[in-house]
Amino acid sequence: MITRFTIAERQASLVLLLLMTLAGLAMAAAGAGDAMGVHGFIVLFASLGLIFVVGGALYDPAPTEDRSRAYYDDPIKVGIVLAMIWAVIAMGVGDWVAWMLAFPDLRFDGAWSGFGRMRPVHTTGIIFGFGGNALIATSFHVMQRTCRARLAGQIAPWFVILGYNLFVVMAVTGYMMGVTQSKEYAEAEWYADIWLVIVWVVYFVLYLRTLARRNEPHIYVANWYYMAFILVVAVLHIVNNLAVPASFTAAKSYSLFSGVQDAMTQWWYGHNAVAFFLTSGFLGMLYYYLPKRANRPIYSYRLSILSFWGITFFYIWVGSHHLHYTALPHWVQTLGMTFSVMLLVPSWASAGNALMTLNGAWHKVRDDATLRFMFVAAVFYGLSTFEGSFLAIRPVNSLSHYTDWTVAHVHAGAMGWVALITFGAIYAAVPMIWRRETMYSWKMVEWHFWLALAGTLIYVFAMWNSGIVQGLMWRTYTEGGTLRYSFLDTMIAMHPYYIARGIGGLLFLAGAVIGFINIWMTIRAVGSDSKVLDVPTESEAGEPAVPVAE
Amino acid sequence: MIGWLKKLYYPIQAGHYRLEKHSIGLTIGIICAAMIGGFVEIAPLFTIDETVEDAPDMRLYTPLEQAGRDIYVREGCYACHSQMIRTLADEVDRYGPYSLAVESKYDHPMLWGSKRTGPDLARLGGKYSDDWHVAHLIDPRAVVPESVMPHYAFLADAPLDTASLPARLTALRRVGVPYSDAMIANADRDAAGQAQPDSDGADGVFDRYGDATQVRRFDGKAGRVTEMDALVAYLQILGKLTDAAHQMETAGMTPETEAAQ
Repeated sequence: MITRFTIAERQASLVLLLLMTLAGLAMAAAGAGDAMGVHGFIVLFASLGLIFVVGGALYDPAPTEDRSRAYYDDPIKVGIVLAMIWAVIAMGVGDWVAWMLAFPDLRFDGAWSGFGRMRPVHTTGIIFGFGGNALIATSFHVMQRTCRARLAGQIAPWFVILGYNLFVVMAVTGYMMGVTQSKEYAEAEWYADIWLVIVWVVYFVLYLRTLARRNEPHIYVANWYYMAFILVVAVLHIVNNLAVPASFTAAKSYSLFSGVQDAMTQWWYGHNAVAFFLTSGFLGMLYYYLPKRANRPIYSYRLSILSFWGITFFYIWVGSHHLHYTALPHWVQTLGMTFSVMLLVPSWASAGNALMTLNGAWHKVRDDATLRFMFVAAVFYGLSTFEGSFLAIRPVNSLSHYTDWTVAHVHAGAMGWVALITFGAIYAAVPMIWRRETMYSWKMVEWHFWLALAGTLIYVFAMWNSGIVQGLMWRTYTEGGTLRYSFLDTMIAMHPYYIARGIGGLLFLAGAVIGFINIWMTIRAVGSDSKVLDVPTESEAGEPAVPVAE
Repeated sequence: MIGWLKKLYYPIQAGHYRLEKHSIGLTIGIICAAMIGGFVEIAPLFTIDETVEDAPDMRLYTPLEQAGRDIYVREGCYACHSQMIRTLADEVDRYGPYSLAVESKYDHPMLWGSKRTGPDLARLGGKYSDDWHVAHLIDPRAVVPESVMPHYAFLADAPLDTASLPARLTALRRVGVPYSDAMIANADRDAAGQAQPDSDGADGVFDRYGDATQVRRFDGKAGRVTEMDALVAYLQILGKLTDAAHQMETAGMTPETEAAQ
């Protein structure tokens, strides 16, 4: 991979890595005795390791071919593998903490393994580790193919992928050491947050620069979604993480906002992490890989426009539906509820557009588990956006809030929609990127599909039941007008559902492990000889301007 | 109607057809579309006076309580415990008067939470004895056999880091909590004093935070100040920084009348 760098690029990478090594050293020295010092050593050793990788190949022959005549897929490969590694780790942690809620002593004695510290390891690992890596990797793939242009820059894509993973590593290791802001889905502390901003700016500039060299006048709809994802997540991340550190040599900081303003800011962030991280970006994936795999054009251009701008405009209003009946002013709650209901229109326009695209390709959905992953993901997207609008209605929320119904809803979205579309996209992308005929084993894809689907259904039904049961028990009165059930009674009632959830999660995890093995075996398999016309080109027919020695 | 919509629709589609050829145009469009909602909902919360009630009796967290709050944050207790009683009859009956915005005025960050795997803690202060809390944190299932809470026995042996408290209070003052210079200068002494009633430091706590401040051995042990002291001190002040919520309840404000306003 380093051999694709020119000598000057190798030297530039070394300078960059040296700067990072120094930064790590400074963090390790200044933060000695604090978790920040540990993070300093992580930065230090990660940078040193990469210095050896780059330095070891420093005097290898420089590339002679014209690089702009081929797509740049090396960073994508690393991104996909990292996404799968995070998937296995974070799903494993998720299932472990699920069992911990049924059997609380199923843990290690150390403070690090308490539920409160491990839960954000699961959520960050899934959302940012698995989801984020998959988004970045597929965005590089989709952007190049739909622009018919090579990624702008040789170092920047690596900086984005590896720098981003450094953020996730700092975040999850921090939680285990007790470094957290206790802001849901934004737990990482100030220096990790600042680092993510740097990475994100490079990502956005890379995106714009690649779009600028496109050979296709129109920017394809998948790229609109990826752009919305990059842009809005940047704004959300910066505003929600505004904080004042207690000391620049320690991790602890205090958020700029407090109380009701902090609550609104946090759920403006929290729900739009769902919107622009877990929806926009993955819709970008859907809009490329589903029509590609089905070999059908997108059903409706108009629906694409409607749903894109609808989602971008409506979603940002809905965060306050997490704060119904709280000390948040009533008018904000009402606005959030109203927009949540309206949001169903663009959401279902997207889901409908995806499903209608499959018209004429239903036999492929039946035969091809990869396409079926994407089909079921679109169905779950439709179902969970409906459920979301429903739960945002104030009286419904009075029952569902604080219960496992929320957990059921989140996992219908995260497992049914986000994870399934990602697996579908990865199974579609891996043979393309590694230039293989097919995946190593289609049977393993089938196994993964059915395990994932069964796991999702068991999980979601268990949590629906436990949530509704607990919500109803909390509000049940005796004839004498006193509460019938103690809180403890409701916890005892949850126990069987928590076991069922653990089983559902285990099936889902097993599917992901099978997927990881299958992808690994595909990578190790022999490449295909067939000359694929998969190169940047100005010609509409997709033929290379000059033959490419790939 | 349809004809009118068509007239409107085609220019929009033609405009979009042009827009999607310009990456900067799309960027600006996305930023505009996505920023309106957040601005309309968040900005007024800082300017509309009624958003946060007045509570003249509201006091600050003492350094020991703030240190306890930092431990609560560190351990991620918000993942299972809310601190927000909603304006619903069953919640008021179960937990006490519904939460007011003013009660979390000094909470950086707020810990309202989103999930009750365990019960709400907004009005936990004074509900149980210190001994109960210590026993429960050391071994939850010894006190409540069906509990699924992790144990926090290590807090009992962990000495509290008081040295960094002045810096922490300074940071809190920067984000708007009105700690005085004397409070910041004496933060580490006050933290130790609040957990050691017979020491010299105890008097300073009363002077700076009021006579009603709870000064006692929260972990039941003399000697060094532990993280257990701090966490229990924090749990015992939950819902007691101001009496505003109770006053509002006795003044006849029911959840329904509040919601209707």
